[in-house]
Amino acid sequence: MLRRLSERINATDVVMFLIGGSILALVLVGSVATLTSGKYSAAQWFDLIVFGVALGGIYALIALGYTMVYGILRMINFAHSEVFMSGPFTAYFLADAWGRSGFLDENPVVCLLAIFVLAMAISLIVAVLLERIAYRPLRFAPRLVPLITAIGASFFLQYFFRGLYGPNIKPYPEIAALKPYLRFGDFRIQYVQILVIVAAALMMAGLQLIVQRTRVGKAMRAVAEDKQTAALMGIDVDSIIVLTFVIGGALAGAAGVLYALMFRQVSFIMGFIPGIKAFTAAVLGGIGNIPGAMVGGLFLGVIESLGPSLFLDGLGIPAPQQLKDAIAFTLLVLVLIFRPSGILGEKLAEKKA
Amino acid sequence: MAMLQVNDIHSYYGHIHALKGISLTVDKGEIVTLIGANGAGKTTTLKTISGTMHPRHGAITLDGEHIEGLPPHAIVMRGIGQSPEGRKIFGALTVQENLEMGAYARTDKPAIARDLDFVFTLFPRLAERKFQLGGTLSGGEQQMLAMGRALMTHPRVLMLDEPSMGLAPVLVEAIFETIQKLNQEGTTILLIEQNAAKALQVAKRGYVIETGQIVLQDTAENLRKSELVRKAYLGEM
Repeated sequence: MLRRLSERINATDVVMFLIGGSILALVLVGSVATLTSGKYSAAQWFDLIVFGVALGGIYALIALGYTMVYGILRMINFAHSEVFMSGPFTAYFLADAWGRSGFLDENPVVCLLAIFVLAMAISLIVAVLLERIAYRPLRFAPRLVPLITAIGASFFLQYFFRGLYGPNIKPYPEIAALKPYLRFGDFRIQYVQILVIVAAALMMAGLQLIVQRTRVGKAMRAVAEDKQTAALMGIDVDSIIVLTFVIGGALAGAAGVLYALMFRQVSFIMGFIPGIKAFTAAVLGGIGNIPGAMVGGLFLGVIESLGPSLFLDGLGIPAPQQLKDAIAFTLLVLVLIFRPSGILGEKLAEKKA
Repeated sequence: MAMLQVNDIHSYYGHIHALKGISLTVDKGEIVTLIGANGAGKTTTLKTISGTMHPRHGAITLDGEHIEGLPPHAIVMRGIGQSPEGRKIFGALTVQENLEMGAYARTDKPAIARDLDFVFTLFPRLAERKFQLGGTLSGGEQQMLAMGRALMTHPRVLMLDEPSMGLAPVLVEAIFETIQKLNQEGTTILLIEQNAAKALQVAKRGYVIETGQIVLQDTAENLRKSELVRKAYLGEM
């Protein structure tokens, strides 16, 4: 009995378990220490949570692009972060011109809509070109090949846009209408955060509706499950794949504008960190799984926003806000070690391998 | 005039010459069966007809129109429906959604609704399980769904790849009855089977395939009597 147990558990498992356990213990100790010290007020916690939800909504929108493409092509589109960058970076020039002329503050709704449409259109075009030029010719190549191509395409796009628009970080204009706070008692939410959260929620609901209820949405699920059989049903698999890139690209473009509105700057490398975070979110939720990407994005956003104050501060780490990226990527490593299929993920080994 | 005509097709898996000149015809209203052992090239023949694989030589025509080299979805739209080997149900889609996928390329809504009703009357079990996920069905139900889904493409020729595989004898019986019933209602069927005895009972004509070549072709009745078929496929001594 004992011997069989010892055969099943090897040294690596024990070490991994200890690492996981001690990280969990540190998080708990830190959180308790912070909460008992009463350093932050309820309003401050609320601020952090709202910020986390808004950021998480953006991550979720980007993560959907990763997860949908993975669901259908079984590849990680590492150039997706550049799809995210291209839209808002292009729309910057529109926003900036209108910001300078004052038109932006006179007609914020019209301008915002135009900025969103332009950014989504550019991101969508970049995504579709990427599929057509870089990925489709490699559809039947070994899986490593399109992955490497994706990384190459990512760098190409970064430096293409650097050449096109310049290497500087450009400040997105501040929209006066989005500046005020909605207050109730001690608590407050900035309008821009409300916009981000509402827009992200609407787009995710819309996507869910498309995928679950419409004819093409059902075809997308069928293609994700079995391309060959889907083709035997009369589904044009190529056009469904293009549609996937269209939707993913448009969502990334919209996420890019929300990101630019929140952080008020764009540059040719603005996609890198959010892109990798969103990829983390997609893995966290279970790659290939659409609700998983949404849950993963929100979870990552909130953890990243709350984490530094909640548990790093309590552990006495100086300048904990600097370590938010470390939290996100530690989470990625932990998920990959302990639950590679993600929070909502199916068991990958069953049919995807 | 033959509805589906396959003329001397050669298909390859890489360097492996899998089909070495297959020719067969299916006339309107017939059940034609293609029998043969595992690996003889039955499924490869179907894959080549449906466009999943492209032949290196040879021609395939449907009512005189060349279809070889077309992508699979275009071939489905021209009227060749298929229930693939291993059923290949979309497990994460409901029964109803699976059937809707069969009608994906069609736009004639009233006719689609009619065909859906027809499938549900043909297989009442599917109607009962309409909103259940395809992956939760039993093997027999999945086979019904695969056939129903192929019927939803409104095929001129219905190709069935091993419909009896892995089913209990009672269900095999039921599936073959359905095949006959469909045929009586006017559906032209190309049936691939390892269960040669059953296939030759329902079919009008048959082809025997061995290592990528047709070695025998005749009416089902004559095939049942032939020495080769009786020894190799009907298990008689």
